[in-house]
Amino acid sequence: MEKFTRHAGTGLPLRRSNVDTDQIIPAVYLKRVTRTGFEDGLFAAWRKDPQFVTNRPEHAGATVLVAGPDFGTGSSREHAVWALLDYGFRVVISSRFADIFRGNSGKAGLLAAQVTQDVVEQLWKLIETEPSTEIVVDLQERSVQAGALTAPFEIDDYTRWRLLEGLDDIGLTLSHEDDIATFESTRPAWKPVTL
Amino acid sequence: MGRTLSEKVWDEHVVRSAAGEPDLLYVDLHLLHEVTSPQAFEGLRLAGRGVRRPDLTLATEDHNVPTVDVDLPIADPVSRTQVETLRRNCTEFGVRLHPLGDVEQGIVHVVGPQLGLTQPGMTIVCGDSHTSTHGAFGAIAFGIGTSEVEHVLATQTLMQSRPRTMAVTVDGTLPDGVTAKDLVLTLIAHTGTGGGQGYIVEYRGAAIEALSMEARMTVCNMSIEWGAKAGLIAPDQTTFDYVEGRPEAPKGADWDAAVAHWRTLVTDEDAVFDREIVLDASEMTPFVTWGTNPGQGVPLGGTVPDPAAFEDEGDQVAAQKALEYMGLEAGTPMREVKVDTVFVGSCTNGRIEDLRAAADVIRGRHVAPDTRLLVVPGSVRVRLQAEEEGLDIVFKEAGGEWRGAGCSMCLGMNPDQLAPGERSASTSNRNFEGRQGKGGRTHLVSPLVAAATAVTGTLSSPADLAADLPA
Repeated sequence: MEKFTRHAGTGLPLRRSNVDTDQIIPAVYLKRVTRTGFEDGLFAAWRKDPQFVTNRPEHAGATVLVAGPDFGTGSSREHAVWALLDYGFRVVISSRFADIFRGNSGKAGLLAAQVTQDVVEQLWKLIETEPSTEIVVDLQERSVQAGALTAPFEIDDYTRWRLLEGLDDIGLTLSHEDDIATFESTRPAWKPVTL
Repeated sequence: MGRTLSEKVWDEHVVRSAAGEPDLLYVDLHLLHEVTSPQAFEGLRLAGRGVRRPDLTLATEDHNVPTVDVDLPIADPVSRTQVETLRRNCTEFGVRLHPLGDVEQGIVHVVGPQLGLTQPGMTIVCGDSHTSTHGAFGAIAFGIGTSEVEHVLATQTLMQSRPRTMAVTVDGTLPDGVTAKDLVLTLIAHTGTGGGQGYIVEYRGAAIEALSMEARMTVCNMSIEWGAKAGLIAPDQTTFDYVEGRPEAPKGADWDAAVAHWRTLVTDEDAVFDREIVLDASEMTPFVTWGTNPGQGVPLGGTVPDPAAFEDEGDQVAAQKALEYMGLEAGTPMREVKVDTVFVGSCTNGRIEDLRAAADVIRGRHVAPDTRLLVVPGSVRVRLQAEEEGLDIVFKEAGGEWRGAGCSMCLGMNPDQLAPGERSASTSNRNFEGRQGKGGRTHLVSPLVAAATAVTGTLSSPADLAADLPA
């Protein structure tokens, strides 16, 4: 995974709550067996509306998605994170993320930055008034800065560390392989097996 | 201080614990399907890694498979490639697979329990959010993304921060005609879709204890719909009776040892939950959704709400958008909402008990004109059992369609989909925009309401049919 320390880019205001992963990428776009190429499915239903934010020229090239509360609810599809990354987003800002989406983001290198709803509202106003406003998201400092606004964001220490270092989870876990083997030797014999 | 059930199960699976790091948790059973696994297997291949415990891994084909002509090659070449990729991966990595056409094929969350692989006190994961279903057995079970699928394949563990604990206590007795589905929809309307975020929830109380295993699975299945990490129910005699004798259940002395352990899997009397919710089952009624998330629901006897009536401004906007999408007017009685398609199936309500309940309502009646009834068993075993009991005949004689096993119309991925603007009453779990097909409009309901709705063509409960009971 690529290291993530600081990102600067323009924002996309998505004034919706409960953006579930079926909206982020509908199931018909999940048929690929590759890990890339999911940008065509991002917000596929909403993008058909020419007025939808992704279609507005003033927001072209935005890399920071600013969304309403309960972003990423529903299905566990990591394709939702891949679709956002493939489309060009590096950061999603919301006042509340669904657990699985937040976890998937950390694994795939998308920063899910949790701020208060008040900060979301301020960001929406800023980028709607002046779409070229640069939003700076600093993972080292855990801060979001745009215009005159500077606000902290929340992310758990472990995910932050992994993103900052660009670490591969599996490699980390396999460094504890002895612990896994020891644990396995104590599992009760009656636990089920599939083979 | 005592521990809660979920803390006991969690503690039993901690491989490694270090300050400032998530716990490394051992996974007892890893379930796979075709949609969220291909990139994980590819990741293993690229890194030169194998599957650490193929003997704790099981794959089925469910999301992206047709429910008719299952003996023919899958028509859509992209879907066929995905299914064939799973078959190749399972062969290459030595994973047991129940493919289309196999007698054990079906929705992954129906197959695990019916094989007896789902047992109390286990940790179970799958690249599917409805993995919470298995919590009905007193297991910690949750959905994961594809990166985590790869992690489990390679290590049989997961890095997980310990969630907070919550108790949902449902006292009293569910009235006749009110089901586990109504109970959980009532709960989600109460909490909202984010109310469970960060928690493992234990469902308890007299109304939960009275539920069958299949009904408990319905409740736990929907845990994710209010954001919970997982939902579980303490194992009891109902659980043991369900598991005993199943193909992969412990036998003989192993059975005795297992049950002795399972009996310890209860929340200690002096244990403290981080949060508690108490509901009264005796006040519950058939419950249906009107909006585009599972928290937007009302009693069947209620009306479509007025967005202006919501306190929170965000809820007002969400309700307004939902009504526009759903094509509904505030104030319309839910019973006047006309439905085009009724779907009975899914990992929420596609088990034999659900099909029996629906068939009991349909028997001797006919599906309303202009209404389509689709009945899709959750697994091949469920289909065969239903056919042995003649349930397929009941549905077919009423004018319904009887299909092969799979996720079907729950998720708008395989050929079973709503047309744009088409309205469904569905026993599945999500009423998101386009969930059952682009532009489709979904009302989540219980199997009883689904069956009664199929007969009348508008949202109904079996009580609405009482007057015209056939002689």
